[in-house]
Amino acid sequence: MSTAAAIRLVATRELRVKLRDKTFLFSTIFFLLFAMLGTVVPALIGSSASSVAVASGDPTEAKLRDADLKVRVAADPEQLVRDGDVEAAVLPGPVVVAQDEAPNDVVRALSEAPEVRLLNPDAVDPVAAFLVPFAFALVFFFTSLMFGLQIAQSVTEEKQTRMVEILVAAVPVRALLAGKVLAGGVLALAQVALIAFVTVAGAQLTDGGGGLLPLLAPAMTWFVPFFVFGFVMLAALWAAVGALVNRQEDINGASTPLQLLVMAPFFLVAFLQDNETVMTVMSYVPFSSPTAMPARLFDGDVAPWEPFVSLAILAVTAVAALVVGARLYEGGLLRTNGRVSWATAWRDRELQHL
Amino acid sequence: MTKVLHLEAISRRFGDRQVLRDVTFDVAAGRMTGFVGANGAGKTTTMRIILGVLAPDAGTVTWQGSPLTRDDRRGFGYMPEERGLYPKMGVREQLVYLGRLHGLTAAAVRRNADELLEWLSLGGRADDPLEQLSLGNQQRAQIAAALVHDPEVLVLDEPFSGLDPLAVDTVVAVLRERTARGVPVLFSSHQLDVVERLCDDLVIIADGTIRAAGGRDELREAHALPRYMLRVDGDAGWLRDQPGVSIVDLDGARAVFDLATGADDQEVLRAALARGAVRSFGPVTPSLAEIFREVTR
Repeated sequence: MSTAAAIRLVATRELRVKLRDKTFLFSTIFFLLFAMLGTVVPALIGSSASSVAVASGDPTEAKLRDADLKVRVAADPEQLVRDGDVEAAVLPGPVVVAQDEAPNDVVRALSEAPEVRLLNPDAVDPVAAFLVPFAFALVFFFTSLMFGLQIAQSVTEEKQTRMVEILVAAVPVRALLAGKVLAGGVLALAQVALIAFVTVAGAQLTDGGGGLLPLLAPAMTWFVPFFVFGFVMLAALWAAVGALVNRQEDINGASTPLQLLVMAPFFLVAFLQDNETVMTVMSYVPFSSPTAMPARLFDGDVAPWEPFVSLAILAVTAVAALVVGARLYEGGLLRTNGRVSWATAWRDRELQHL
Repeated sequence: MTKVLHLEAISRRFGDRQVLRDVTFDVAAGRMTGFVGANGAGKTTTMRIILGVLAPDAGTVTWQGSPLTRDDRRGFGYMPEERGLYPKMGVREQLVYLGRLHGLTAAAVRRNADELLEWLSLGGRADDPLEQLSLGNQQRAQIAAALVHDPEVLVLDEPFSGLDPLAVDTVVAVLRERTARGVPVLFSSHQLDVVERLCDDLVIIADGTIRAAGGRDELREAHALPRYMLRVDGDAGWLRDQPGVSIVDLDGARAVFDLATGADDQEVLRAALARGAVRSFGPVTPSLAEIFREVTR
């Protein structure tokens, strides 16, 4: 049997087990609901127009109707506000009457808007400018942490049950590692794609996708290769962590350095995204580039060559992580007396056929 | 070339501890070879080296005359000591997975799995997750996992520990069926009575060196003492004064004694008959436990 066939068998098993795992299914559904709520609900809240009352024959009535407000004509408009039947009333003057908060849409309908001439028409609206990098960071953070942890657990399970002895007697150790990373990567990418699809569909449904999607497209396209290499890099290290411990309970402790490597870029991108220097540096550092580079691409001020260079750095690091991860994995996998140190796993490889 | 698994001068150390020293023995085709030793004597390490899970520092393992390759090993069946299968995966499903990893087609491995599960009386539990099975049944599933790809060689680490007597018989029947097809079977155990009953050949290891290896009956003969047992109707106390006899154990009418070199056992029998009825008289073959104690001393 070829190594490729072995990898396929291992990956297929991992996929089958995962697709039956309730935790995985629930977390996917939860993410999808979250994505839907995030896109649909704000649109629903934003579109609720104020109801407004005017006296019969008031000259503002036409303007208010043009602004798609719910207009009611009444003899005493102010009384309707007092009774809570409408949110605002327009009295001659015009004077806007409301309970405790100025009704912005009514005020806008009656105001004279000056002409606006944009010098930089591509600029992103500030809410999206904050949310989109945050979303990239969140998606990468959660998927790499969740799937990474599951890869480590799967490795430890095989070590804990000694299943691994049967497995390595039959297939090359690297086929085991590759199968696990492959299955994790496929699932993670599928989950992210599903979330992206739901988000985009939600955005299309609520505002026709007008402004945001064309701007998002290049960032999202680049996010895919960055995600793939970033995921492989971390997955190899998670597998190594799994091979260092003997019991599922010990994964948490052993993976602390790795968790920091995942968490630090997330918080940096989330909170320092306005700091151009930090973002530029982070868009080249392998552990943060999967989120920082797409975020910068979304902002638009990136030279065309930049993502290629950053991706190349990430790809080289991912290959290095695979080599290091594979060696630690091989070194730790068959040591069953307590927790193995990184140094021991690196030094002594037990297996004779690699 | 005959189907012999041969270990030649295998040595292995872990850090400062020399775990195996010049380990040499054969596992012959169609024979059950019992591998016996105290905890920590080196049984598991030896088996791991056979399967390529561990590398030896020196020495070679050969199969049918040539050094083992990965492809050879893929045709081996192995059962590690601490039972390993996926706890949350269905029994049949993991048998199929393992069979396919060992290179069988899906159809062939399914047929084998169903046959084995039936044979090991696990047919009704085939789709249950392993963790829902009793310990004994988990162990049967483990045996099935070692056999599912029709291995050419079987290496089983403590296959009988934790099995009830009926399960031992079931497993033995399955293993006997394999040896009948010419498969060499190496199994370790510290239950000497089980090994004594089952094995054709015997390998005794202590402190990482092989102390005795060969056919069970030949070993027994080789280690036989000039020891006899006599049972009479009256009291056997008179044996104390019989020339050439040294008493090992005397319990009223029953005596176990060693004869000095040159002493005639028939002389003792005649003396006994002269005193009354003799119910039984004969040489005592040493038990495996006695041989074990002797060679590992």
